[in-house]
Parts: sequence; C-alpha cells; structure tokens
Amino acid sequence: MFEIFGIPAAALFGQLLLGLINGSFYALLSLGLAVIFGLLNIINFAHGAQYMMGAFVAWMLLSYLGINYWWALILVPLIVGAFGIVIERRMISRLYQLDHLYGLLLTFGLALIIQGLFRNQYGVSGLPYSIPPQLQGGTNLGFMFLPNYRGWVVFASLVVCFGTWFLIEKTRLGAYLRAATENPAMVGAFGINVPRLITLTYGFGVGLAALAGVLAAPIYSVNPNMGADLIIVVFAVVVIGGMGSIMGAILTGFGLGIIEGLTRVFYPEASAVVIFVIMAIVLMVKPTGLFGRAT
Amino acid sequence: MTTSILAAAMVAAMAGSAYAIDVKIGILNDRSGIYADLSGEGSVLAAQMAVEDFGAADKDINVEIIAADHQNKPDVASTIARQWYDEEGVHAIFDVPTSSAALAVNEVTREKDRIFINSGAGSADLTGSQCSPNTIHWTYDTWALANGTGTAMVETGADTWFFLTADYAFGHALETDTAAVVEAAGGQVLGTVRHPFPGQDFSSYLLQAQSSGAKVIGLANAGGDTVNAIKQASEFGITQAGQSLAALLMFITDVHALGLETAQGLVLTESFYWDLNEGTREWSERFAERNGGDMPSMVHAGVYASVLHYLKAIESTQSVEAGPVMEAMKSTPTSDPLFGEGEVRADGRKIHDMYLFRVKAPDQSQGPWDYYELGYTIPAANAFRPLDQGGCDLVQ
Repeated sequence: MFEIFGIPAAALFGQLLLGLINGSFYALLSLGLAVIFGLLNIINFAHGAQYMMGAFVAWMLLSYLGINYWWALILVPLIVGAFGIVIERRMISRLYQLDHLYGLLLTFGLALIIQGLFRNQYGVSGLPYSIPPQLQGGTNLGFMFLPNYRGWVVFASLVVCFGTWFLIEKTRLGAYLRAATENPAMVGAFGINVPRLITLTYGFGVGLAALAGVLAAPIYSVNPNMGADLIIVVFAVVVIGGMGSIMGAILTGFGLGIIEGLTRVFYPEASAVVIFVIMAIVLMVKPTGLFGRAT
Repeated sequence: MTTSILAAAMVAAMAGSAYAIDVKIGILNDRSGIYADLSGEGSVLAAQMAVEDFGAADKDINVEIIAADHQNKPDVASTIARQWYDEEGVHAIFDVPTSSAALAVNEVTREKDRIFINSGAGSADLTGSQCSPNTIHWTYDTWALANGTGTAMVETGADTWFFLTADYAFGHALETDTAAVVEAAGGQVLGTVRHPFPGQDFSSYLLQAQSSGAKVIGLANAGGDTVNAIKQASEFGITQAGQSLAALLMFITDVHALGLETAQGLVLTESFYWDLNEGTREWSERFAERNGGDMPSMVHAGVYASVLHYLKAIESTQSVEAGPVMEAMKSTPTSDPLFGEGEVRADGRKIHDMYLFRVKAPDQSQGPWDYYELGYTIPAANAFRPLDQGGCDLVQ
C-alpha cells in the first residue's frame, strides 16, 4: 500500500470519511443557523441547546413512551420546532426592530436556562441511546470498517441539506420567504401573512437542529452539554461560509469536517483550534465569508 | 417585630459565635461540566454527612460548608481558592477534580498556609514532584490506577499498548505511569495520540489506535471522554475485532451512563464501591436517599472520609491552624467505614486498599447500580507508589 505524508493511504481514506461524517453534523447545524440568520436576521445562540433538546426528546420518547428511533426522526423536529415557534412568538418577535445584539443576548440566555434545567434534571454523565437494530453492525470497505449508522448519518444529512437549499432557493415558497426578508411591507401588500411566514421559518430552523440531535443521540452521549460544546464550532463554520448563505453553510460544514479530521491525524493537539484559525484567516482576507455577499 | 429581630441580631453579634471552634471548609469542584456527576453537589452532600456523623455541634465545633464551581479551569480554581482564603476565611479546601486545577489550588494553599485535601483529581505529582506540606491526596492517583489496571491487563498477555490520552496534566500523568508499568512488565507502547479536553468524537483516534495493531487501547482520560470513547470503540467494531480497551480511570457514574450492555467486561481500578461491605452499604444507602437515588462515586466517599479525618484532627488539637492540624492528620491513623483503616504518609499520600473490579454483564446485575464484581484486592502496602520513588522533597 502506498503512503501519503508518511500515513498509509488506507488510513488516510478512513480519516477523510470520518471527517465527512463529522462534517454532516456541522452542515446540518450551520444550515439551521444560516436559514434563521439569512431570513430573520436573528443570531440564534440557542441553536446548540435546541440540538441537545432534540437528542433528549428522542431519549424521552423511547424511555417513557417506547417510541422508536424512526418515529423520533419525524416527531422530535415537530415537537422541538413547536417549542421554537412558541419562543419566537412570545419573545424573539419583540426584538425584530432592535439591533442584532439583543436577539443574540436573548437566545444566549435561553440556551443557558435550557441547559441548566436539563442538567438539574438529568445530570451531566449522559444517557444511553442505542443504535436502531436496522442500522447496527457495519460494512468493511477494505480501508476501514464503516458503521452502518454513520453511513446513514451522512446520507440523511446530505438529503436534508440539499432539500432545504432547493426549498429556499428554487421553489415559490422560498421565493416568498426571500422576498419577505427583503421588503416585508411589499410582500404583505400582496396578501401574504409575513409574520406567520417568519415564525414558521424559525420553527423550521429549530426543527433542523432537533433533527441533528436525534441523529447524534446514538453515537454521542446524550447529555446537557452536548450542544454547548458544538455551537461555538458551528458558529465559526457559519462565519467562514458567510452569514446567511445556505449553500455556504452546507459546503463549509462538510469541508471543515474534513479539515478537522485531517488535523486529528497529523497534529491531534490542534484539532480543537484549527477551525478558529481558519475563521481568523477568512475574516482577514474576505470578511463576508467564503460564500457571503457584501451588503 | 423588626425590633425584636434587631435585638436578637445584636445579642448574637455581641456574644460572637456560640461555639468554641469555628471551621469553614470549601468544596471546590466541577458543578456543571463533565465531572459534575462524579464530584459536584454529591461531594457537598458527602461533606455535610461527615459533619453530621462526626457530631460536630455536640463537640462544640461549628462547621460551615461553602461550595463553588471551578469549571475544570486552573485559572478559575486558583482565583476562587485565593478569594476563599483571603476574604472568606476558609480553613481548608476539599475535592478539586481535574489535575491541572488541583495543582493550581495546591500552590495557592501552600502560599497561604492552609489545608488542601484532594479527592477528585488523579495526578500523582500532588504527592510527588509537586508535593506540599499543606496537601493530602486522599482517594486515588494515576500511579495506583496504572498499577492496578495496567498490571492486571499485562498479566493476561496484553503486552502491546496504544494510548488515547486527554491532553492535560492528568492524562499525561496517567499515560506516563501506565507506560512505566507496561514496560517494566516487558510490554511495549506502540503509540500515543493526545486529544483535546473535553472531546466529543474519538473515532479518528480510535482508528489510529486500530491501525497500530496494539493489543490494548489504553484510555488515559476520564468522565464523558471515556464514555464516548468506549461507546465509539464498540460502534467501529474495534473491541469485536479483538483489541481490548483499558479504561484507566473509570467511575461508577460512567458505567451508569454507558449502560452494562456496552460496559460489560471492562476491568477497572477504584478505591471504593458502595456494595463492598456492610459499612459502605450502610453509608451509601443513606447517601443515595439524599442524592436522588444515585449511589456515591469513590470521589464522594473520599470527601466524606477526608472531612471526617480533618474534623477529628481539629478536635484533638483544638485548633484550626494548618501546621498542628496537618501534623495530627499525619500522625493519627485513619479509620472510617468507607476505606477502613489507613494512614496519611509524610508526603501527603493517603494509604488504603485499592480494588480491581470487572463490570458485570447485564444478566448478572440485580438492577441499577449493581455493576461491579470484585476481581481482587490490592493491599494498601502495594497499592501506592513507594515513598522514596515520588521525588517529593518532604521525604528526602
């Protein structure tokens, strides 16, 4: 077997694939953030907490009601999304006239409260959630053993990401949405209920976070801090991709997952900071992000 | 009404404290992060129980307990310790998991000449190169873990190792100590990867460990990191393919989080298990009753036993000064229902038996928290690093 930079090629392919898997979580989460920021101009710091809620609600459905993983994939985004809608209606909608900073502070505070409540109730060690029987086991790809569940995560994430992109950029509903953010008064004059559109968009973004949470539950420990650890990285991904750019969020999510994966092979100690180094460089060279447009 | 309260307050203020001795102890640990379940509020409860069981009030000793969250950060830990000693008048700090934070508190305590009794942290440097006349290390340390689990694994023929190490003081110490045990037994270390702390995804490191071909993957990390690494090792078929995992530090709270399905068969070293004997069961059941049904970890047990020993020393010396109290703690043998009979050595190391446990299979377990079966006892005399090998300048 040939080697690349002293690493056997087989091992390198394995690491690239793992990077892609982690990238799927980054992409799904940054996608939700980008949708909410791009269409509502809200910096949703509660996104990590909503991702954590997704994992917890999936666990609760299974342990208290016996509802399995596949139903959770559908029900959890709806439940947590509905929670998001209540938050948007009761709290966030009051801040649209104000500076972004207020939305950021509100959602940051909400994140701390939600995490605190879960920590109080369930502790921090985490709760076990099994991989669904249909996806247990793995496939030997020759260069690595790929757990079937991880393959499913990449597939599901790609479908959801590109589905969302298509919905917003290529359909009539998406066109309404984009128009409503450009000029809400004008779109309202055409008879479209703009506030409802905005509320549903927030609910959709939150639902995406919750979906990522369900996907993560079987492989990471389900614990109240799981979102807090991830959210900072995901924000960096969104900034690198360009705030509000849907395609930017998806591509940078997968791309940075791969770069982080490679760092873990060549210099593991730096894997926690590599994304932030890239963020700093991108901000210096292109402050609007790789895919962002100057406004 | 107001006047009577005021009057009462005046009387209290003029009389000073109604007790002969006032002691203030601080429980400094992780109350929100990955070590919060194994230390956290449970350690405060353990300290309270020690004060109650000691009967401090009847012995004319008034004990006040305060607690804070050091967030596993050395800078936060040393700031709080400094503030506690300077402004709050704290006499002794207990617990302090996370070795880097513990080493910071170790320094501040030496500088301020107070007392630090560590239960939660692992680094054996606390009684080795960094040892201090003001510090006692109670529950376990990296040398004892390496000696317990490392030796047990090597004896089964697992002589090639790959380490997955948390990249801070504790992980480094645990890796170094275990590597020494492995090499002394004729084994070989094939490689090491150091991951940022705390981590989330370990698959990349596990794959590196797999391709090294080592028989054992030594997990030199703790808490949520160990839980995630074990979970993912089983997911990637690493254990099924014949490599074994050595969880070099694992607490019962971690086993509880993993579930027996994933954790079964793991070998681990601890100094305390709730179901060890009559004394541990009686205390643990009282603890669980006040802790939402959750059994104590060995760190909780260590806080209980160390507070008890500390209060005994205060009673015998009738003082809260660091010098005499430390001397009394080192010269008096320790005795409590959780760790049995023991002693505090000149370098600050508390000596007691350690135990090698094997995690039960789901069908062997009677229910929640019935997780361990005792492999063997490592007698106190062999459980910790010999006094002359730590490099502590108190014993030169």
